[in-house]
Amino acid sequence: MDLRRTMLFMPGNNPGMLQNGGVFGADAIILDLEDAVAPQEKDAARLLVAQSLKTVDYGTSEKVVRINPLDTFARIDIPAIVPCCPDAILVPKVESSEDIQEVARLVAVAEKPGQAQVKLIALLETPRGIAEAYRIAKADKRVVALAFGAEDYTASLGAKRTKEGTEIFTARTIVVNSAAAVGIQSIDTPFTDVNDIEGLVADTQLAKQLGFKGKLSINPRQIDDIHKVFNPTVQDINWAERIIKAIRKAEAEGAGVASLDGKMVDAPIVARAELILYLARLLGLAEEA
Amino acid sequence: MNQLTNAIGRDLPESIEGYGKVRPFAGAFATLPDMPRQAPKVKRALPSEQKLVEDIETVFKQIPIKDGMTLSFHHHLRNGDGVVNLVLAVAAKLGIKNLTVALSSVFPVHAPLVEHVKNGVVVGLDTNYMSGPVAQAVSHGLFPRPVVMRTHGGRARAIECGQLKIDVAFIAAPAADDYGNVNGVEGPAACGSLGYAIPDAQYADHVVAVTDHLMPYPLSPISIPQTRVDYVVKVECIGDPKGIVSGTTKITRDPVGLKIAETTAKVIKAAGLIKDDFSFQTGAGGASLAAAYYVRQMMEEAGVTGSFALGGITGYMVEMLEAGLFRKLIDVQGFDLDAVRSIASNPKHLEVSADFYASPFNMGAAVNKLDVVVLGATEIDTDFNVNVVTGSDGVVMGGSGGHSDAAAGAKMTIIVANLLRGRLPIIKGQVLTATTPGETIDVLVTERGVAVNPNRTDLYEKFKAAGLPLKTVEELKILAEKMAGVPESITTGEKIVAVVEYRDGTVIDVVRQSK
Repeated sequence: MDLRRTMLFMPGNNPGMLQNGGVFGADAIILDLEDAVAPQEKDAARLLVAQSLKTVDYGTSEKVVRINPLDTFARIDIPAIVPCCPDAILVPKVESSEDIQEVARLVAVAEKPGQAQVKLIALLETPRGIAEAYRIAKADKRVVALAFGAEDYTASLGAKRTKEGTEIFTARTIVVNSAAAVGIQSIDTPFTDVNDIEGLVADTQLAKQLGFKGKLSINPRQIDDIHKVFNPTVQDINWAERIIKAIRKAEAEGAGVASLDGKMVDAPIVARAELILYLARLLGLAEEA
Repeated sequence: MNQLTNAIGRDLPESIEGYGKVRPFAGAFATLPDMPRQAPKVKRALPSEQKLVEDIETVFKQIPIKDGMTLSFHHHLRNGDGVVNLVLAVAAKLGIKNLTVALSSVFPVHAPLVEHVKNGVVVGLDTNYMSGPVAQAVSHGLFPRPVVMRTHGGRARAIECGQLKIDVAFIAAPAADDYGNVNGVEGPAACGSLGYAIPDAQYADHVVAVTDHLMPYPLSPISIPQTRVDYVVKVECIGDPKGIVSGTTKITRDPVGLKIAETTAKVIKAAGLIKDDFSFQTGAGGASLAAAYYVRQMMEEAGVTGSFALGGITGYMVEMLEAGLFRKLIDVQGFDLDAVRSIASNPKHLEVSADFYASPFNMGAAVNKLDVVVLGATEIDTDFNVNVVTGSDGVVMGGSGGHSDAAAGAKMTIIVANLLRGRLPIIKGQVLTATTPGETIDVLVTERGVAVNPNRTDLYEKFKAAGLPLKTVEELKILAEKMAGVPESITTGEKIVAVVEYRDGTVIDVVRQSK
């Protein structure tokens, strides 16, 4: 499973940012051809992003490109970007399974022979996209995550965007559930006030609690704080280790069920403990078993 | 001419015309003092005598200032300074020639100096830092004699030990009384500490306070005392406050600078230095000041009270003092209005002289008590030698200031720099102008990794245990060159336009005329 605790947007027309995108430690960087780039600069940004993919070392960060929507420049973006081997394409304003299938078809045509298959992440940012979330999630095997964009979504709803996020609660849970239903990841909307660290942490904690696996980010300064929230805590790791120990002991003793602190340890609890330990090892927070 | 090679492998002539015999740099602590202290002329003032004179021209006539003298100035008014230009205009008017200007730092505002050199009024310059038109003119060979570039501590040493003999010190005085007491905390040109002017006042044959804010006797607080001041001159304006101090010094928002700063704080923590009695110095610009932000967070998390912060003082350091994170500030120079306010009102904010701050030849400067200093670089080489004198075009654009002093004194010296500046890698096989020797640099922090000086294996082990992104300086160099290519080396002319002295007065490098 790929870690996508943070997916950091980089304007596709800013050479300085594109050059340094790999230094901030984000799990994924999104080279943006859409909202960050003015219409008259789309051509230049497309060239710049293509060259960056080919030449800049982004280290361990997953390379994602946000293309333009199908009704604008997606058909020009895809053949220009896909052969430069991004890890994934972030498709904006997805509203139906047909949108994803069309992008998947265009990507397949653009891929070079032997190239690693380019993944898709669907960005849901309209009421219709939210309503179709489950069908979008299972529209194509390339889709590895659903991401949620709250700004456009609330604008369409005619609801005021607040820091508490009551107005997006339903959409968030739909995105999380639709993704989980087909076994893919869900990525939360960005927190847009870059100077409010406390607000960012609270919003990320809520996202994690709802079941999101990561968060979009619009500023490198947000990366560490988001990671801290999504990383398993020492208490999580200790708990998970005790669960696994209890289940091993029960297995060794031939007992059908294990218990810890008077509570039964069943399969879903073991699965959650295993996931925590997997993440902890991946992040160097726990020793190899 | 016979050649010497100094301890960092720089070839130097045995003697340089207009400078004299070269004492080659032998190692950061290898050259010992072998001279008594300089003694200025003993003078007296009779009870009936007045010190207030009506203008600078009168001072010139009364001293009298003659051809060939050395006039000194401090740089606390930075790019707002009006006194250097005022005094040199009088010298030009009176037809005085062949002066040497000993100005602790030269700024763009000092551009009229170029004309005074062309006219023969000024022939020599002795400074610790320069930027702007004068620096460019120096690089292009304007001065008939090589400019002497010192460190802040080295200038204090040279004055005390008699290598920089000052005939007349003109002290820009934000506030003064008519008997020569001076401070920097009052008046329209308030600048805070007057630390760099103190050695000049102590050792010059004649001392002139130039003020636009005359206060009733006795002035307090007193930074420079009446006992060393011969004349007081009231002028209309000693400087433009806009160029003297900034409103508040802001922390950079550049994400790469912040990344470097954050890594720097992690380096300090990994070295085990975030603990009670921690002492710290950092610059006012870019990643350096941002490092203070992250260090502060770590100090707060650990509940640590530091001993002192040193150097050029910014509002951010004042905030840390007021929040109880440091017990004292030791201030040789203030950078913003908060620093001025604090030094004027807080007894825990100490004003110190340049020699107390950084001189290598006294019984212990403040830099010796530093745990950590965070410094910048225009270039660094694979031997960790740092250039802060010349830019990527080979033209003078700075100077050591306190760089070499703090690097020599601190237990751990960290250089922060973007691996690529614009399109240029900052790590070179050999820096164009060596300013601070690699033996005094311990760690290089870039956005793409941390390099430890191989002579600090102790730090390397600690950083490795802390999981810091360690690379060798050679690996970082290759990484940068992979992205940006190998820059063409800069070719210079033969003429030596500046001699770069290390803090102990030995020659660490020279600057040659740019093409």
